[in-house]
Amino acid sequence: MTDSTVAATPAPAVPGAPGRPAATGRNPVRRFLDSFAMFRNGKSITGLGILGFFVLVAVFSDVLAPYGPLDKDFDALRRPPSWAHLLGTTHMGEDVLSQLIYGTRGVLIVGFAAGVIATVVAVVVGVTSGYISGVGSEVLSALTNVFLVLPALPLVIIVASQYDDPSLWLISAVLAITGWAWGGRVLRAQTMSLRNRDFVRAARAYGEPIWRIIAVEMLPNLTAIIASSFVGTVTAAILGLTTLAFIGVIPISNLNWGTILFWAQQNGAFPDFWWWYVPAGLCIAVLGTALSLVNFGIDEYVNPRLRSAGDLARARRRARRTSGIRVARGSASATAVRRDPPTSTGPANATDDGHPTGPEEIR
Amino acid sequence: MRFLLNRAGFYLLTAWAAITINFFLPRMMKGDPVSAYLLKNQGRVSPEAIDSLKVLFGLDESRPLWLQYVDYLRLLVQGDLGRSFSKGLAPVADVIATALPWTVGLVGIATVLSFVLGTITGAVIGWRRGSRADYVVPFATFFSTVPYFWMGLIIIAVFASTLGWFPASHAYDKGADPGLTFQFIGDVIRHGTLPAITIIISSLGGWILGMRNMMITVLDEDYVTVAQAKGLSSRRVLFDYAARNAVLPQLSSFALALGFIVGGTLVMELVFSYPGVGKLLLDATTAKDYPLMQGLFLVITLAVLVANILADLAYAALDPRTRQMGV
Repeated sequence: MTDSTVAATPAPAVPGAPGRPAATGRNPVRRFLDSFAMFRNGKSITGLGILGFFVLVAVFSDVLAPYGPLDKDFDALRRPPSWAHLLGTTHMGEDVLSQLIYGTRGVLIVGFAAGVIATVVAVVVGVTSGYISGVGSEVLSALTNVFLVLPALPLVIIVASQYDDPSLWLISAVLAITGWAWGGRVLRAQTMSLRNRDFVRAARAYGEPIWRIIAVEMLPNLTAIIASSFVGTVTAAILGLTTLAFIGVIPISNLNWGTILFWAQQNGAFPDFWWWYVPAGLCIAVLGTALSLVNFGIDEYVNPRLRSAGDLARARRRARRTSGIRVARGSASATAVRRDPPTSTGPANATDDGHPTGPEEIR
Repeated sequence: MRFLLNRAGFYLLTAWAAITINFFLPRMMKGDPVSAYLLKNQGRVSPEAIDSLKVLFGLDESRPLWLQYVDYLRLLVQGDLGRSFSKGLAPVADVIATALPWTVGLVGIATVLSFVLGTITGAVIGWRRGSRADYVVPFATFFSTVPYFWMGLIIIAVFASTLGWFPASHAYDKGADPGLTFQFIGDVIRHGTLPAITIIISSLGGWILGMRNMMITVLDEDYVTVAQAKGLSSRRVLFDYAARNAVLPQLSSFALALGFIVGGTLVMELVFSYPGVGKLLLDATTAKDYPLMQGLFLVITLAVLVANILADLAYAALDPRTRQMGV
């Protein structure tokens, strides 16, 4: 069974992440490519494309930006967009487009640094607390839950404000420490469910060392969740960074999209000088949307019901239209007869009140 | 019962963690702005106030750490959070008490409204999966990633500055006479409309998406098929069978997202100059008013915990399994 066949199987019967032993003895290049299967869908590719665009902008800002971010053109103050300044100028005659291009760097560096740190913490804490059992596991789980509930932004504001000139690394670290908990929690749940699968038991029976069981047997089955928690943390970190910059906790020398909004707000750009404040906010939203799209793609890979839902419903409707009321449900094992439209609400008998049990609880 | 005890233990643990973080934060600070401030204002601060500040900020270094901790807890139990530097040395607890109702009212109402609206919309969209309703999804995604403060600025620019429909800032008119009169309440509602709309627009998308995804998963369950096969009305299957089960994880994530929402709304208060806790925190940050910042962090965390408890109670009410013994 290869990864790609699993990804292509429309059967929604697989609850949770695809759990299976890591395939061995195959072409290593194929195996490497297969680990990107979660990104092989329209949503993820669109998201990654937008993300790639911003990364290119950040890498080549020196070439792309028409002006320096702080170059002042005193002949053009608060000018609306023109050919000389495509997105207009600030109150000091600085080019808004150039600031936006250079600001991409700060945003992406902090976002990814925070994402990496948070993901490492989440994997270490989550997988450990899921694999071991007993008091240690409970303690780590309680720690995760506490970090989940603590309001992050006030804490970040307070910590960052204690420093006169917080470095990018410090900001990333603080954003990471307040943002890892969600991933840690999901990873713990998934590890606990993997721990009792047959292939892990078999590995343990073989006497494989713990590090090998975790690194070789379990981690390949956790990649989708790790990727999704990484993307989620990057999104949160970007929002956190721009918010901190906007309220002025981060020194303004640290150029990013939030800083542009901070300057705009401080210098009375609202509401008339729209070219000054609209693009930066849109960039944040577009980058955030791109990251969310990547995550949707991963979600659909992990939960095949989400992927097939639209197509199935459409197919069912089409079938109903053409062949009357009897519709076979391709997804469920039972074949159901659906009355459409329902002619009667039916007498409220005892079975109606017995509430069905829900999906597997997420806790 | 076990569920409730479990949760109670968790809340106690979290409250203790917040209190302890609050204890260590000023002790990790480099430099000592608090003692510098006290030195500058000697004679103007009462000896008792100095004592409590010393305990709260670890200036009392002759005492061992654990004794400092005990003193700190004792002060907290008495409700003494120190004195605010920027508010004329008024007790921090009093300063926060004037701001808290504004935030709880605005953020509370707006968040609950957004959650209810988003969950119902998400349930309907999930139910009509594969139809034109799916076009809502990209918009919901986009709006759920827009920063609160930027959305607030845009809304002010459009509805307050350009159209002039609602006031752009503050919680009531400067000349208004605070009291339980219709005029004053109307004034407060008028001022609260734009901030509330900002919160709803920025957070609605997340609820819609979460509920839609849960609905799609639940709709494939056999009991939904059975309910439809029995000929129950769509409405009944949608709300009593599918949505009721799909809403449970949604409630859990509601509780967990609260900390995040609170963070976003705090900054939104700055944009609207709303006299709530967030504005106070940001003012305290600019003024380097450490006692006020510490007190605010504690109060915000406790408020989030209380909201979590409410979400838990709602969960228990909706899910009979949590009320059973031994589950």
